[in-house]
Amino acid sequence: MSETIDTALDPAAAARAEHAAYVGDNDHTAPADDHVAHHPKDTLYLKVAVVLAVLTALETSTYWVDLGAAHTPVLLVMMVIKFVLVLLYFMHLKFDSKVCGAMFYAGMALTLMVYLGTLLTFRVF
Amino acid sequence: MADVAVHTDHAAPDGHAAVGHAAMHTTIPGLSNNKLGMWLFLGSDCLLFGGLISVYMLYRGRNGTGPGPDALWDIPLTSVSSFVLLMSSLTMVLAVSAAHRDEDAKAQTWLSVTALLGSTFVGAQVYEFTSFYHEGLGYTTSLFSSSFYSLTGFHGVHVTVGVIMLLTLVAMVSKNKIPGQKAEAIEMVGLYWHFVDVVWIVIFTLVYLIPT
Repeated sequence: MSETIDTALDPAAAARAEHAAYVGDNDHTAPADDHVAHHPKDTLYLKVAVVLAVLTALETSTYWVDLGAAHTPVLLVMMVIKFVLVLLYFMHLKFDSKVCGAMFYAGMALTLMVYLGTLLTFRVF
Repeated sequence: MADVAVHTDHAAPDGHAAVGHAAMHTTIPGLSNNKLGMWLFLGSDCLLFGGLISVYMLYRGRNGTGPGPDALWDIPLTSVSSFVLLMSSLTMVLAVSAAHRDEDAKAQTWLSVTALLGSTFVGAQVYEFTSFYHEGLGYTTSLFSSSFYSLTGFHGVHVTVGVIMLLTLVAMVSKNKIPGQKAEAIEMVGLYWHFVDVVWIVIFTLVYLIPT
């Protein structure tokens, strides 16, 4: 179905179209203020930032604390958690269209292939 | 799903032809072309950093007669600058949040703080590079030095470009000169800024914290 809205003639319709275009639905009867509701509250961002700060402190502490054989795996796990938290919450992948995630994950997959290809080229394995 | 076609051909009362979210053209329902393009760019930028990180990981032990990572790294300094960049992601997301609530003054403040934190990070990196150079690590000293400077240098350039974008955004918001939807423009710069942050999360662990 294709729907055309002349927004310049009807500002309210423009706001509803804006909402629909952003959140991915076509409910043009929803109030424009709902747009804000689809973004997390600032307190959630603060909580995520606290977790990120704690993880960074833990990462840094491994410089002085010897974890033995677990050193590298622990650091990699913390790195991945931080990476995913920023991606999902700060970059809104958790709330946005899955197409955005697909674009990024495709790039990530290609990146890993480049990495593996490089290692194979130099016979690291 | 239905396609949404938004026409903005008629001039608005304030003279701007296409102002508001309505200016977005959506080829995929619920997703503006600007956002799609930005995510596509970020996905492709992953490849750039993937290549640079791969090369660094291969050559990080090849320092020849030059100084190696263990003799150079200043982990406390790098940790502080990493923390600064991480917190700049928080201030950036608060700017985006304020922009979506149409709180321009708050958005400008958070954008300025983000630019300041980003500048601090770049300053720390310049200091780090300078001290490494004085300790005998030039760009062509070894395979390790070339790959290290290329990787962290490219990241530093990304941060610098981000700071310029942030300052430009602050100026444009204050003068109300952003064409189209203001919140979306801030969100696009925010995506770029967070990407720079996630890349540093990887670099900080792989380059600085994991032993050679």
